[in-house]
Amino acid sequence: MSAVIESTFAETRHDSAGPWRAAFRRLRNDRVGMICVVIVAAYMLLVLGSALGLFAKDWNREVGVSYANPSFLPHLENLEAESSRNLTAVSKVAPVDLSDIDPLAPYYKELDERTAKIKVTEIQRSDTLPFGGDKWGKDIIKKTVKGAEISIFVGFAAALLAAVLGTVFGACAGYFGGRTNDLFEWIYNVFTSIPYILLILAFAAVFGKGIATVIMILGITGWTGIYRLLRAEYLKHREREYVRAADAIGASNMRRMFVQILPNVSHVILVQLSQHVVQFIKAEVILSFLGFGVPVELVSWGTMLAEAQNELVIGKWWQLAAATASMAVLVTAFSLFTDALRDALDPKLKAVL
Amino acid sequence: MTEQKNLIEVRDLRVRFRLDKTQTFDAVKGVSFDIPDRSTVALVGESGSGKSVSAMAIMGLLPPESALILEGSRVIYQTRDLLREPRERLQKIRGKEISMIFQEPMTSLNPVFTVGDQICEVLRLHMGLGRAQARARGIEVLNEVGIPEPQLRVNSYPHQLSGGQQQRVMIAMAIACEPKLLIADEPTTALDVTIQRQILELLAGLKQQRDMSVLFITHDLALVGEIADHVVVMQEGEIRESASVAEIFERPQHPYTRALLECRPRLDRRPQRLPVIDDFLRSDGRPAGQQERKRGVVEGDAIILEARNLSKDFLLREGLFGHKAFRAVERVSFTLAKGKTLGLVGESGSGKTTIGLALMRLIDATGGEVLFEGTDLLKLSRRELMPFKRRIQIIFQNPYASLNPRFTVGNILIEPMQIHGIGADLAARSKLAYELLDRVGLGRVAFNKYPHEFSGGQRQRIAIARCLTMKPDVLICDESVSALDVSIQAQVLNLLQDLQDEFHMSYIFISHDLAVVKYMSDQVMVLNEGKLVEMANSDDIYLAPKQEYTRRLLSAIPRGFVPAAARV
Repeated sequence: MSAVIESTFAETRHDSAGPWRAAFRRLRNDRVGMICVVIVAAYMLLVLGSALGLFAKDWNREVGVSYANPSFLPHLENLEAESSRNLTAVSKVAPVDLSDIDPLAPYYKELDERTAKIKVTEIQRSDTLPFGGDKWGKDIIKKTVKGAEISIFVGFAAALLAAVLGTVFGACAGYFGGRTNDLFEWIYNVFTSIPYILLILAFAAVFGKGIATVIMILGITGWTGIYRLLRAEYLKHREREYVRAADAIGASNMRRMFVQILPNVSHVILVQLSQHVVQFIKAEVILSFLGFGVPVELVSWGTMLAEAQNELVIGKWWQLAAATASMAVLVTAFSLFTDALRDALDPKLKAVL
Repeated sequence: MTEQKNLIEVRDLRVRFRLDKTQTFDAVKGVSFDIPDRSTVALVGESGSGKSVSAMAIMGLLPPESALILEGSRVIYQTRDLLREPRERLQKIRGKEISMIFQEPMTSLNPVFTVGDQICEVLRLHMGLGRAQARARGIEVLNEVGIPEPQLRVNSYPHQLSGGQQQRVMIAMAIACEPKLLIADEPTTALDVTIQRQILELLAGLKQQRDMSVLFITHDLALVGEIADHVVVMQEGEIRESASVAEIFERPQHPYTRALLECRPRLDRRPQRLPVIDDFLRSDGRPAGQQERKRGVVEGDAIILEARNLSKDFLLREGLFGHKAFRAVERVSFTLAKGKTLGLVGESGSGKTTIGLALMRLIDATGGEVLFEGTDLLKLSRRELMPFKRRIQIIFQNPYASLNPRFTVGNILIEPMQIHGIGADLAARSKLAYELLDRVGLGRVAFNKYPHEFSGGQRQRIAIARCLTMKPDVLICDESVSALDVSIQAQVLNLLQDLQDEFHMSYIFISHDLAVVKYMSDQVMVLNEGKLVEMANSDDIYLAPKQEYTRRLLSAIPRGFVPAAARV
């Protein structure tokens, strides 16, 4: 019996172009959209690779001199590296005899013997790095890759959290209406009446530092936009005949909300999700820039930008350039991808052939 | 009849639509017809026949980015070819000499301007009238189309008018500049029968007074019989038949024309099955051995469903905190006999749909009882109601809206079985779904398709199959065939009738179409403004209506073509 059904499935499956497949076909015909998909996918591979430790694992090693020049500009003047080098040199060549007043003088010999036992390998700090180095001589490229991992992860996780909150709240408010709606509207109004940055800072101050905190802050403060849209969608859809038809066959409220209506509003969620990813990547940057973001032992594009603030004054532009460029490319590609996705998913645009 | 000049000559009109980069669709394939001076030409056809596209082409209203009028097409108006006129010139003709009214008056009027503003705009644009002059003329025209108190109404906004009045305003705008040709695209389809009759009479009267021609586009041949001089029947972008109205109705040549005439249920006959188009295209004439179907309920028929004093109030917000109750249904009582059909007729706002929804608790009734085999459904909790929900099912009006677009047909059919625990497992449920798809005439390939891949009639079959999965005892058909073309309507009505014969279901058949209700129903209940006007066996009510309202409703039914000799 089931074999019969299976074979019938197999026979007929190919000829049904569902809404999703049709949407994908529309997306594939969008050249800009597809280029953006490739760019975003490349970023994701990068993030995945660095998360698995395939590359940029040693981003924290100080491989270059302080503010090492980019390889393509090796002859830039690097006063910082010079001064630190001079500092060590001076201390070596100027032995002033202080033994008569130095209480430690009798122990010098012993100390020297002890230090001789400890092996010190002097790292060969290079003068130039592919895209320059930061204050401690860390490789900017590796730092940017590692920073991308955190920034993008935070962006996606926070957007997901916001989308889930917004969807569930919006679905409940829009579908049930009445007092449930009043309750959620009240919460919504409270959240939106407080200036956004202030709200974020208040949460950040209470929860302390950490990646999880950043995600939570952004998620908790960012659901309002999605909520608003989903509520409107549910208000509209609950009156639709197909939902009424589902009621007629005895479908429960939950079933109607999440099995019947949700697939029909999923394009709204998806587009909102991707827009919020962009927004939250930027928000994380701002948070880290203000010092409320990721902890110091980690790096994100935001912390890089925060460091760049001081560097720019002394003419070290490469950390700023690296973080900004990689973020700008991702955000632009992701926004355009979002636009393409919205066009492709809009069922009103065109009936499927 | 004297020799008439042709106002418009359409010659070999071909319109091609671009669907996407590679595909095109020929909507109109070489159509030629004439619109003589001072006459009404009816363009009749079902959806997709190209009748509206032809009219849009005459008006130059087709979207240039997707519609292509092919080489060789001509629309001759006063020795000029409208298809080759420059845009500015066309805009002068459009609205002044040729004007158009549409199906949906509400969406055709701009909601933020008063009707006076909208009429005056046309007058000032095309006739160069001043503000005061235009206003005076506007009131005059409103008076002419039968708007009561035009001096006051000229300041109303569209939403303050009823549907019929809105359509009158549309007509007023269209005739304000005294056009030579009025194109009416399904002008009465969205209106009730009584309003439809008024609008038809208005159009006929205006045509006489104004010496204008009318191009009347409709899917309903019965309407055409009353107002048209000449009829053009279209199907699939081609003209099937073009003749005078008497010829069409008395000696139809093309089988398609005959099918269109016969598919529609008639008030004087009730065959076992309605003839469908295939009957005419394959052989000529209807299937043999057609007996009349007997209808009616007699004493002692078992009662399955009974409503007692059913009422429904809708609360309208009034003021800051107040509510005002609007009585949509007022103390309506009736019984539904087992295996029989109860027809509910009435104009829009009469509460017929509200009754249907209240019966199965899709909306909560305000008062009264609904007894289903003795159990009052309105008093049950949601849990207790579940076994009864399965037994009363509903088919909605709009087959495009009542199926979830993201579900495959298979999912749509299996879902109710899952909810009610019908069938042991997925395999058993799928098997039943396949059987039902066969039964409603869709075939098994439909199982994995999505609703958008089907036409309106096929979707309604899916909705019917969904109801059948639960083997209901009572089926409520809420305007279930109203959105369908006549030929499709006949097929779906036949299917519903076959299913009733097979499964002995009881139907509550809600419709504004009195002919369809007459054909389907054993008993008919007439509603007006939420109140029960009259209820009787259908033959009795149509032959001898007792109430004035029923008589009025019946007299508004389009009569089709009545030969001049028979007209009184």
